[in-house]
Amino acid sequence: MTTAAQRPETNAALGKEQLLRMYRRMYSIRQFEEHANDLYLRALMPGLTHLYEGEEAVAVGICEALRPDDYITSTHRGHGHCLAKGAKPDRMFAELLGKEAGYCRGKGGSMHIADPATGNLGANAIVGGSAGIATGAAFSAKKLGNGRICVCFFGEGALGQGVLYEVMNMAQLWKLPVIYACENNMYNEYTHYSETTSGDILSRPAAFGLPAESVDGQDVRAVHAAASRFVERARAGAGPAFLLCNTYRYRGHHVGDINREYYRAKQEEQRWSSERDPINILGDWLIQQKLADSAQFERIQAEVKAEMNAAVEFAIAAPYPTVDEAEQDVYA
Amino acid sequence: MPETAVQTTVRELTFGEAIREAIAEEMRRDARVCIIGEDVAEAGTPFKVLSGLVEEFGKQRVIDTPISEPGFTGIGVGAAMTGLRPVVDIMFGDFLTLVMDQMVNQAAKIHYMSGGTWKVPMVFRATMGATRRSAAQHSQSLHAWPSHIPGLKVVLPSTPYDAKGLLKTAIRDDNPVVFFEDKMMYRLKGPVPSEEYTIPFGVADIKRAGTDITLVATSSMVQVAFGAAKLLEEIGISAEIVDPRTMWPLDEKTLIESAKKTSRVVVIDEGYHRYGVTAEIASVIAEGAFYNLDGPVKRIGAMHVPIPFSPPLEDATVPSEQQVFAAARELCGKA
Repeated sequence: MTTAAQRPETNAALGKEQLLRMYRRMYSIRQFEEHANDLYLRALMPGLTHLYEGEEAVAVGICEALRPDDYITSTHRGHGHCLAKGAKPDRMFAELLGKEAGYCRGKGGSMHIADPATGNLGANAIVGGSAGIATGAAFSAKKLGNGRICVCFFGEGALGQGVLYEVMNMAQLWKLPVIYACENNMYNEYTHYSETTSGDILSRPAAFGLPAESVDGQDVRAVHAAASRFVERARAGAGPAFLLCNTYRYRGHHVGDINREYYRAKQEEQRWSSERDPINILGDWLIQQKLADSAQFERIQAEVKAEMNAAVEFAIAAPYPTVDEAEQDVYA
Repeated sequence: MPETAVQTTVRELTFGEAIREAIAEEMRRDARVCIIGEDVAEAGTPFKVLSGLVEEFGKQRVIDTPISEPGFTGIGVGAAMTGLRPVVDIMFGDFLTLVMDQMVNQAAKIHYMSGGTWKVPMVFRATMGATRRSAAQHSQSLHAWPSHIPGLKVVLPSTPYDAKGLLKTAIRDDNPVVFFEDKMMYRLKGPVPSEEYTIPFGVADIKRAGTDITLVATSSMVQVAFGAAKLLEEIGISAEIVDPRTMWPLDEKTLIESAKKTSRVVVIDEGYHRYGVTAEIASVIAEGAFYNLDGPVKRIGAMHVPIPFSPPLEDATVPSEQQVFAAARELCGKA
């Protein structure tokens, strides 16, 4: 058990192009979520959605360490994972609005986006519900010898689910290429994780013999470095690992969770967004290293905004599925 | 036609042997098929149904797991989505309670929720059936539960022949299939051809032709129905026995046709009577053959109690030949 800070950075050689791509990806997720919130407020989106703002560096840092054919499983707060793995925002927005052009033909919605083309086994609305699926994907990757790995994204709330420990045990017994990526955004819905989580989090995977590290989840370069080490290790056949990413959920548990003072202070939220914002942290570093200037960021931001605006327009204009679709695809 | 296999090389196999042969044949045919579960390898399960498979296929394909039903079932779901065709062994059907999230929220819904993009080709093999003196947590027949869930297919074979043909179909199916084996039938013998055959889902089998009353029976209750039919024959009542074989898809047509022909129906199933599969089948028949029926469809299921341990108590909870005989005789106006 070590912390990322104790380990040498292995991504010092990250190219400028890759760093700017990570910046763009994080900014895309931020913009996507802003639009999702807006669609909710304008009553254009059915139901609720759970926003990923503040946590962008986790999905982007990890997915940048993956191959396109690697697998991920995602959560109810999954838009960031989908985008980071390469999903297209237009089809994602269409799914959020229940349109036929969505990734799931409108049948999954925000919490169930899945996309075989990008290795996305699906977002899962049962907390911890994808731990088995992710481990199973690693199981078949090993049996089939195709060199793929799987990242299982889950929030710290899933630490309360027993199935997670069952599959970590088997993953280690069988040396499966799976990385358990715990996004500790500090709140299990409306409850601080310290009220629900006994002992030390990293001691849990460590008890099964998994290498376990914690990393600053607001620093995309640190996340990427830690993830890259675990990915390389898993691909080499050395088995699973556990990456604890310490992060923060800027918004509520879901878009309707507006008044949050009863479980966390506004000052806390403001401190994270002003001092620990993952997009600013990377942006400032890039400027400091003279790898980018503000004009470049403005250009990226303008491009992303145009793309997201077009994607939202596409989704709003897209037709709903016809009612006969309700009975399609119950069985393969 | 798969069900008209040449009868010249028929052997007598037990129900358990037929299941083992089905899995072995499918594992030889398709390298993606693997077995995952507790004590499935060297032990061959407590019922010895899988004995010999690890010797032929190795520990890479016959995989012993920790006692972690939700975990290994979830692994089965993920493996099925990504290129394998796992047969997951749920040693006792009672343990379906432990895997409900993986079976119902995950396996059953993934194809639909993903807009038809991901598939989950896996088999849950589970046992059912009381009277093994195993008490309340190892004796239940919970097949009504998965039958209630869209996205699952549910199979209840009653003979070695059906078990083999239906299990091969289950393994080849691209959907999650829950396959229930009555553990009291593992030593039941029956004819099984050597030749390759499969049995399609959704096709009921008329196990005994008759004219006066239809006994719809599932799994081990087919044997109970045969016993009752013999008693009925002695008092001049000709009973037809229809085995739906799959709870879903359900062969409504054959059930309704038989009911129309005989005009009287008793449905027998070892699951709980209340809200059980007998209710669904009775409803299908009532809707489809109402004007041809001489009386209400009679249902017989397990007594609505946790399965007791003490033998006389346990035996009393399971539908019996005498119960079926009495119900049928009454429906035929000969009580």
